[in-house]
Amino acid sequence: MQSTRKIRVLIAKPGLDSHDRGAKVVARALRDAGMEVIYTGLRQTPEQIVETALQEDVDVIGLSILSGAHKALFPRIMELIKEKGLTDVMVFAGGIIPEEDIPELKKIGIKEVFGPGTPTDKIIKFVLENLPKRT
Amino acid sequence: MSKTEEIVKGVLAGNKRSIAKAITLIENNDPEAKKLLAHVYSHTGKAHIIGITGPGGSGKSTLIEKIVREYRRNGKKVGVIAVDPTSPFTGGAFLGDRIRMQELSTDEDVFIRSMATRNYLGGIARATKDAVKVLDASGKDVIIVETVGAGQSEVEIIKIADSVVVIHAPGLGDEIQAIKAGLMEIADIFVVNKADRENADKAVIDIQSMLQLNNKEKAWKPPIIKTVALTGEGVTELIEKLEEHRKFLEKEKARKKSLSKAEAELVEAIKEQTANSIIEKLRKEGTLEEVLQKIVKKEIDPVSAAEKLLKEKFKKE
Repeated sequence: MQSTRKIRVLIAKPGLDSHDRGAKVVARALRDAGMEVIYTGLRQTPEQIVETALQEDVDVIGLSILSGAHKALFPRIMELIKEKGLTDVMVFAGGIIPEEDIPELKKIGIKEVFGPGTPTDKIIKFVLENLPKRT
Repeated sequence: MSKTEEIVKGVLAGNKRSIAKAITLIENNDPEAKKLLAHVYSHTGKAHIIGITGPGGSGKSTLIEKIVREYRRNGKKVGVIAVDPTSPFTGGAFLGDRIRMQELSTDEDVFIRSMATRNYLGGIARATKDAVKVLDASGKDVIIVETVGAGQSEVEIIKIADSVVVIHAPGLGDEIQAIKAGLMEIADIFVVNKADRENADKAVIDIQSMLQLNNKEKAWKPPIIKTVALTGEGVTELIEKLEEHRKFLEKEKARKKSLSKAEAELVEAIKEQTANSIIEKLRKEGTLEEVLQKIVKKEIDPVSAAEKLLKEKFKKE
């Protein structure tokens, strides 16, 4: 049997909002694009998210947030990712995130931020083009 | 030190990132995976491997969360592999078993991995067996494998588990239809989950009467335990029974069971390696396409083609 790599993605919802329609739509789109998508449900702490990414050895983390707490939660998540040495993981985000916050989020290592109404094709394409290199 | 050696070292020390990387190599069928497994093999055999199977919606994931907590209270280190199906159309998979196990993620002595079947049949993934070995070598005392939740053909689990728990719940369709054929015979322990529901006792009686029909005298009689996974009711009793079964295996059947497990593993390995080497050879020679075409055109049937190829292979060697 030949060796085959599958793209593994964690879709996570940090914090206290309970709207996961968007997260589920993205999860489903990525699944239908042939990826293995791990979904962990609502109200995750940064610690839970990063620990899950580590155990599942995902290539990509997608964070969905609508509560407005991204400025508090995302930096903590990025910090933990560094702490745990997950250098080969790409992180993107989506949800309700004001335009003016995006540069700051990109500065801490979030590769892209997708707003409401983003076509799922665009997200799939982005993930495929920005996969972290692994040896 | 090579990268693989580093991963092996990490696995044996119980390092979570190394365990995760090792399982990925196995899942991707990386050439390094064989080397890795050869290194960890001598460190395996200590863990109690528990298979949990049953129809979708019977409460497997929720119950596993409670089982893990109970084992943790007893000071055991626990590994979980939760298998979900891969779509045969897109190759993708939605792995959602962790939703019920959220809080376990941050426990230092629990390791959970979601695994897609990648089109392997029988309720587990091709990589499940070897991933269990990695967790075993990493020092886990108990390893729980949750199969795909379909219900009739998840019998592959007996090849890797010491104890098989078959879960059912009342109100999931035609009584115990779902655990009829295959699953009935592989159970070491039956669980009737959602026991706070109506008809739970009827489900218990149904299983009892099926077991009575199966009147071969067996040294181990599968107990039936009622649980309510949401509240944790009955879980302590389930753990006690699992512990009893583990001791039973150690005492009486251990040798026999592990020999038959070893045989199953050997057969599996021979199959895979033989198939790989033949397919590789055909591919190199450029004749694979030709053979496949013949089969498609019905000029030869797959069994005869296989026979021919095997004869050729073993004549030369």
